[in-house]
Formats: sequence, structure tokens, C-alpha cells
Amino acid sequence: MLTAILIMALGALVLGAALGFASIKFKVEGNPLVEKIEAILPQTQCGQCGYPGCKPYAEAIADGEAEINLCPPGGMEGVRKLADLLGRDVKPLDAEEKPKQVAIIDEQTCIGCTLCIQACPVDAIVGAAKQMHTIVESLCTGCELCIKPCPVECIRMETISENIDNWKWKYPVIELKRVA
Amino acid sequence: MLQLFKFKGGVKPDSNKTPSVQMPIGIAPLPPLLIVPLHQSIGGKPNPLVEAGERVLKGQLIGGADQWLSSAVHAPTSGTVLAVEERVAAHPSGLPTLSVVIEPDGRDAWIERTPLDYTALEPERVREILRDSGVVGLGGAVFPSHAKLAAAKSVPMEELIINGGECEPFMTCDDILMRERAEGIVRGSGIFRDLLKARRVLVGIEDNKPEAVAAMKAAVEKLGENFEVIAVPTRYPAGGAKQLIRVLTGKEVPASKRSPEMGVQCFNVATAYTAWRAIAHGEPVLSRIVTLTGNVEQPRNWDVLLGTPLRDFVALGKPKSDTDRYLMGGPMMGFEMPGLDAPLVKATNCIIAGSPKLFPPLAPEMPCIRCGACAEVCPHELQPFEMYWFARARNFGKTQEYNIFDCIECGCCSYVCPSHIPLVQYFRFAKSEIWSREREKNMADAAKARFELRNERDEREKAEKAERLARAAAAKAAVKKAPAESVSEVQTGDTSVAAVAAAPLDAEAVKKATIVAAMERARQQRESVQPKNTEGLTVAQRKEIAEIEARRLPLQELSALNADAQSSQRKK
Ligand code: SF4
Ligand code: SF4
Ligand code: SF4
Ligand code: SF4
Repeated sequence: MLTAILIMALGALVLGAALGFASIKFKVEGNPLVEKIEAILPQTQCGQCGYPGCKPYAEAIADGEAEINLCPPGGMEGVRKLADLLGRDVKPLDAEEKPKQVAIIDEQTCIGCTLCIQACPVDAIVGAAKQMHTIVESLCTGCELCIKPCPVECIRMETISENIDNWKWKYPVIELKRVA
Repeated sequence: MLQLFKFKGGVKPDSNKTPSVQMPIGIAPLPPLLIVPLHQSIGGKPNPLVEAGERVLKGQLIGGADQWLSSAVHAPTSGTVLAVEERVAAHPSGLPTLSVVIEPDGRDAWIERTPLDYTALEPERVREILRDSGVVGLGGAVFPSHAKLAAAKSVPMEELIINGGECEPFMTCDDILMRERAEGIVRGSGIFRDLLKARRVLVGIEDNKPEAVAAMKAAVEKLGENFEVIAVPTRYPAGGAKQLIRVLTGKEVPASKRSPEMGVQCFNVATAYTAWRAIAHGEPVLSRIVTLTGNVEQPRNWDVLLGTPLRDFVALGKPKSDTDRYLMGGPMMGFEMPGLDAPLVKATNCIIAGSPKLFPPLAPEMPCIRCGACAEVCPHELQPFEMYWFARARNFGKTQEYNIFDCIECGCCSYVCPSHIPLVQYFRFAKSEIWSREREKNMADAAKARFELRNERDEREKAEKAERLARAAAAKAAVKKAPAESVSEVQTGDTSVAAVAAAPLDAEAVKKATIVAAMERARQQRESVQPKNTEGLTVAQRKEIAEIEARRLPLQELSALNADAQSSQRKK
């Protein structure tokens, strides 16, 4: 009887130690849910959701503080994906959906004040004090944060139009011509 | 006799090839205008090297290869560049692409051509020449050929396959090329063989082209090569690179591997021909053979300059009055040209005039009955009906699980589907959606990384600043604590503190004032008409400026030297 209890106790101790060790050794860095949510957010870092960047918004969603329909750049597709992930209801986007844009600096007017550089969350603007600034189009996420700070209003947003490189085959609906 | 293998699936559509091989290759006349798109191959976009107003010679480089995986573009004839601008491309989207518009002068004057003996050149140099001559896969994939001409490091190159399969219905450009210019093809294949150090060369031709087989055999014999010319059974898509490799060597190339890793490489016959012209005659790729067939009075193959607008080209065949569209490529894999202004490009192997009679409208799409006919004919042993199901539901992850990227869009499945489902269109749609998502994901990841870097940097800078301030404050406190030895010293100390306090204020004010002034200046600038004298200069003007600058340079140097001399004298 006593040996049986001892064996059970020993077993419990060993397993407990193993579990404790595993929980330290294989500790997951960060909150996996936040990471999953963040992977869905578009990383535009525009703050239109009311949070200072995509990660804070992801954290707020994970904590159940925020609705899932606050990110305009993510659009309805983003809302749907979040709803899928979190098992919540799909809600209409709490803003207008906009096509993807890039910012463009009118280089003739730029006075080189560096204010837009400080505003850009993703370092997409190059320039130096009193020098002309310009936006690296391929890095710009279209967050519009640089528009307001510019004292001479020389930054405008332009919609990225369809071109041969980003063109996509359409969902086959009308165009059903038989060719053979 | 070589033992042939079989590939799975495939279909046998009506070949419709005879009408266009009744006449020899015709040389198409010079069109009034050439529109040469700069991006005619897979890989980097060539940069334009000419400007509006410039005169060009036939064969002159007008678009330089942008990176290793890119291919040069040349002026197809001599004339004047009218513009470098966006023009409608030979692309299913009908969107424009940067093109060089050339008005031919009718003289067809060549640049200086230097024939080379490739055996005396480094292989690397030969590849460079091929790239700068614009040699790309002319079977339709337009993959830069030089980039395919390196054997894998660990696997020796066993077989070089020269693809004369040409399995698409209607298309005969490779057939006629083999009949008429077999020698050039064989010589070009020899270049490829020597670059790849391939042990064997196999020329695969579908057995519905006996004349081409005979011509190629004769040429191989005449040139004393040991190539094997093999007639393969006619079955679409036997001319697909992977299918031909399979039939001739029995090797299966999975989508995850490149064929050199399996010790085999495949080139189209027309590509071999242009490679030979480029090396041994110094002629870059300026024209190609294009089949003009279908609903026309005179079907025929034409040797036509790249950049010829579709309008001028189809006029050669006298299209019948009920022609309502033109397909580029064959009926199985081709697409409808977006308009008569679109130019012929390196990828254009065939133009088919279509009419409602020739290609009757597709019966409406019916639900899939899961008959499995599509899976039976798929040469890649895919399950089209599953991929279709998920593509239709936009469940792209699932389509990838069913290996949608192995699909070569051959169209066999759509061809046999009893429910008339345009399966390939669904696959193209799904593939381009997946690609675009991939692009977006990469961009979002990069944006996130930069955002995080920036936040870190901000924080570091803030910490550094705080530290600096703390240090300054400590120093100030030390000054105050120092024993006041005389009243005057205390006073100076006080004033210095005051000055420190006042200085930022002043600086602030100055900054504000400059910003206001700058804003004012900018406003004025915007109001007044902006000087445009440095924009839109003609080439001549730019040259003039460059000359003036060049003249100025020695003078400036001189004056700098003088100044130096003077200052050093003064020091003495
Ligand atoms: S609105 Fe969307 S893109 Fe903008 S910061 Fe919030 S989560 Fe990021
Ligand atoms: S350049 Fe302007 S719009 Fe673009 S990412 Fe930076 S701040 Fe946003
Ligand atoms: S051939 Fe058409 S109907 Fe038959 S299984 Fe395939 S997709 Fe469905
Ligand atoms: S188009 Fe794709 S799925 Fe259809 S038969 Fe061809 S390879 Fe198979």
C-alpha cells in the first residue's frame, strides 16, 4: 500500500517537474493570437482605427476591447478574415473602403522642412533639411499621415491604377467565348 | 531506335494546320509604323536607350537588359523614333506598356554587324551576347535563353531537347521554319549543346510534320552532327516542354524543380535559329515567323518585324468579312488580341482570325457533374474539378493544396468538359489572385519591419536626448554649487543661465520665421508660372547643354587652381 502511494507520488513529482520544465523551455514568445490578428491587418500603420499602429489595434482586438471593423485599409476582406479567425460576426466596415493609394510630393514646391519624414511611419520618404524630399513609391503604404504636417501642402495622394504588372485575370462570368 | 515514353492525358483536337503551309515563308513588307514594346520577355524591364526625334539603325539597341534575367530589345528597321510612350500591349488585359514608336525610313540600313566564332569565346561571353541580342524562348514563353544555358552544378547535362513539337492546332510557324531553315536550327542547337556540354541532342517533332522531320534529318546529316531527330506521336500537348521531355527521356520534371536539375534542358526550334543568327551573323532578334490563319483568304507564314501593328499584319492575309476577333497563340492556350493597334511581339507565334462560325459561342456553363473527364486528360495528372470547385469559391489555399501551380494552362480539361466549364479561366483567375496576395503580404511584412525599426530608432533617440539633457542639467547644477568667489562671477553665471534659456526661445523664433518665409516663397512660386525651361528639352538642346558644361569644366578647374595658388601665396 505504502509503496503504491510512494510510486504514485514519485510519478506525480517527475511529471510535474517535466511539465514545469517544458513550460519554461518551450515558452511561446508574445501572444500568438495577437500575432495571428496582426498578420491579417494590412500594416499600413495609419492609425485610422484609433490605435497608434496595427499592433496596438491587434492587441486591443485580442483583449476583446475593439471591434473588428475599424481598419479601413484592410477593407471588408480584412473584416471577414478577422471574423473567421475569431469566430465573431462579420460587421460592415466602419468607414469607406478606398482603393490603394500612394503619396506623391510635388518636388518643385517642397521646401525641405523634414516634417513629412517625421510623420511617415514606414520611412518611405527620403530627404534632408532644406533639400528636396521625395517618396519611395514602392515603400509607401498610402497611410496619408504625411499630408497634414506639410506646411506648403505639396503632398497629394494618387490611386494606384491597374497596370500590366498588377493586372489580374478576372473571375470568369461574362467573358465566356469558346475558342476551340 | 530510341524507346519513346508516354505522357498521361492529352487530347486530339482538329489540327487545322494544312492551309497555312501551302506557301513558303513570306517576307512581310515594312509597315508605316512600328510599335516596339520594351518589355518582351520574362524578367526585368529593359530601360529605353533612345529618345523621341532620334534616328535609329536596323538592329540598334533601343532597350538595354536591366539585370541578368532580362533581355535586350532592338530597332527592327532604320528610321526615326517618334515617341517613347505607353501603347496598348499584346496582352489579354489590353493595358498599355512603355513602347518605342519608330517611323521606318524605308532604307532598312543596318548597324555594323560582327559575326563571331563562338568556339573562340568564353561561355560567359556567349551568354552575354545572347542576352544583348534579345534571344528569348520563341515558343511563346519568352524566357531569356541565356539564363537557361547553364548546367546544374551537381548534375551533368544528359539531354538537350530541341522542341519542334508544335502541338497547338492552326499553328505552323515552327513547321515551316524547320522545312526552310533547318540548317540554322541545327547550328543554333550546336551552340546550345556546347554551352550546356550536353551529351545528347534530341530533336522532337510531332509525326504530323513529315516534311519537317525530313528537312531536319537532312540538315543534321549535312552538317555531320549526331543529333537524333525523332517523330513523336501527335497528341496535344506533346509540344509542351515537360511533355516532350517526358516522351523523349522518360523524365518527370516536378513543378518544384528546374529541368537542369534533372540533367535535361529544352529549347524551341525558333530560339535555336535566332541564337545562331545572333552569334554567327551578329543579327539581334528583330523579326520572327508568325502564322496568319483562320478566317482569312490567304493563310500563310510570314517573316514579320517585331512591333508591326496587328492591323498591318492581318491585312496580308485578307481577312474575310465576318472576322470579329483575332487570337494570339493557338486556340487552346491563346488569348484575344485587345485591338488592331496592338503590335506583334516576340511571344506572337500565331494570329488566328476568328469568326462566330469558326469559334461558335460557348454554351452556357453548367454545374460540374464530377464525371472526371478533365482529370483523365490532364497531362499533369491534376484534378481540375477539385481546383475548379475551390477557385470558384475563392478558397485559394485549397487550390494550392491541389497543386494549381503545376497546371500549365494547356486547356485540355476545358476542351473535354461536358458541362462547358471554362476551367482554365478559373485557374488563371486563382493563380493571379494568389500572386497578388503574395505581393501584398510581402509588402505588408516589409512595412511592418520598417515600422518597427523606426519605432526602435525613435525610442533610442529619445533616450539619448534625455540622457544628454540630464547630463547638461547635472553640469549646470555643478556650476551653481561651485563656491561663489566673487559677486561678478555669480552674475556672469546667472547671465549665462539666462542666455541658455533665451537661446532656445530665439532659435525657436528664428525657425518659425524661416518656415513662414519659406511658405511665402513656395506660395509665390506656385502662383507664378513655373519655369519649365529645364523640362521637356529636345535631345539637341540637351547635347548643347552638355557641351557647354564640358567647356565650362576646365575653366572652373582653372579658377579653383588660381584661388588655391593665391591663398597659398597670401599665407607666405
Ligand atoms: S487602421 Fe488598419 S492599417 Fe491603419 S493602423 Fe489601424 S490596423 Fe493598421
Ligand atoms: S509617404 Fe506618406 S502616405 Fe506614404 S507611408 Fe509615408 S506617411 Fe504614409
Ligand atoms: S470534366 Fe467538367 S463536369 Fe466533368 S468533372 Fe471535370 S469539371 Fe466536372
Ligand atoms: S489546363 Fe491545367 S488542369 Fe487543365 S488539363 Fe491542362 S494542366 Fe491540367
